[in-house]
Amino acid sequence: MDFTEEQIKRYARHIILPEVGGEGQEKLLSSKVLLIGAGGLGAPCGLYLGAAGIGTLGIADFDTVDLSNLQRQIWHGNKDVGRYKVDSAKDSIERINPDVKVVTYKEKISSDNIRELIKDYDVVIDATDNFPTRYLINDACHFYGKPLVYGSIFRFDGQATVFLPDKGPCYRCLFPSPPPAGLVPSCQEAGVLGVLPGVIGTIQANEAIKIILGVGTTLNGRLLIYDALDMKFTEMKLRQDRTCPLCGENPTVVDLIEYEELCEFKA
Amino acid sequence: MAEYNSELDIKGEICPFTFVRSKLALEKINQGEILRIIVDYEPAIRNVPRSMEEQGHKVISINKINDTDYEIIVEKNGLKK
Repeated sequence: MDFTEEQIKRYARHIILPEVGGEGQEKLLSSKVLLIGAGGLGAPCGLYLGAAGIGTLGIADFDTVDLSNLQRQIWHGNKDVGRYKVDSAKDSIERINPDVKVVTYKEKISSDNIRELIKDYDVVIDATDNFPTRYLINDACHFYGKPLVYGSIFRFDGQATVFLPDKGPCYRCLFPSPPPAGLVPSCQEAGVLGVLPGVIGTIQANEAIKIILGVGTTLNGRLLIYDALDMKFTEMKLRQDRTCPLCGENPTVVDLIEYEELCEFKA
Repeated sequence: MAEYNSELDIKGEICPFTFVRSKLALEKINQGEILRIIVDYEPAIRNVPRSMEEQGHKVISINKINDTDYEIIVEKNGLKK
């Protein structure tokens, strides 16, 4: 493709990089990324993906913007309170980069629609805040062969990793099944430092871009653990579990499962 | 005067876009081919060659061609052999 004059300027700092260049920028512009969750993780992740010139950015979230979101969900503003998060997100991306085609999904993700949702995308990003959706995304990405960039946050602690189809572990190798209801502090009511999803969400954007470009070393097989309070990054080696209920030798999860919402204080 | 396969006139352009445009032009030619870049921004005759060599391209020569313009002759991937 030939870049427009505007694109040459816009992507100059990418084009200069040996690992990206004009060819890499073309890959980004022709790539399709699905971002599931338009909240704390999704906002910084989506903003950077949009700025980077991801050609098609799907954003899925059924929720609307609440004032209490604005402490961390930086692509929504005061005026967006009450709007669908995906509509506000779309406006933010389009304000930054008209090259990006933003596709919004306002339906709640379920075992009925997830296949249709992810099938045309090159990379899926889990920027959700609850276990049922995480398992559904993980299982669907395994069944349909999609790279998955995982991120999660809680109070001052964040995690990120990359699950690749047929290479390395999946989410269930790490956590075979959801925790019992009541064991884990509830999702929406748990406190979180506003900056924390900014750190983890940008790491997710970084990994998605590397997957598309095919450069560097992703977090595949490594769980990155971030402690914002003591400012420490640590890493845990992840191995594929032969007894994994999903990707192991004798899988017991052979179809998509919808777990019950575990949140005690469901909003 | 040096032989070349293609030419890029980026007079009026300044850094870093001199390098950005030169790099995009190099991506369009084959390995081992020669690109002639014409600039009139004097710092570019240092910046562009330095960046080219960092990325494995061989700078064959840099010449002043008239009162205002310079040519930079580059072989694509010439340092990657």
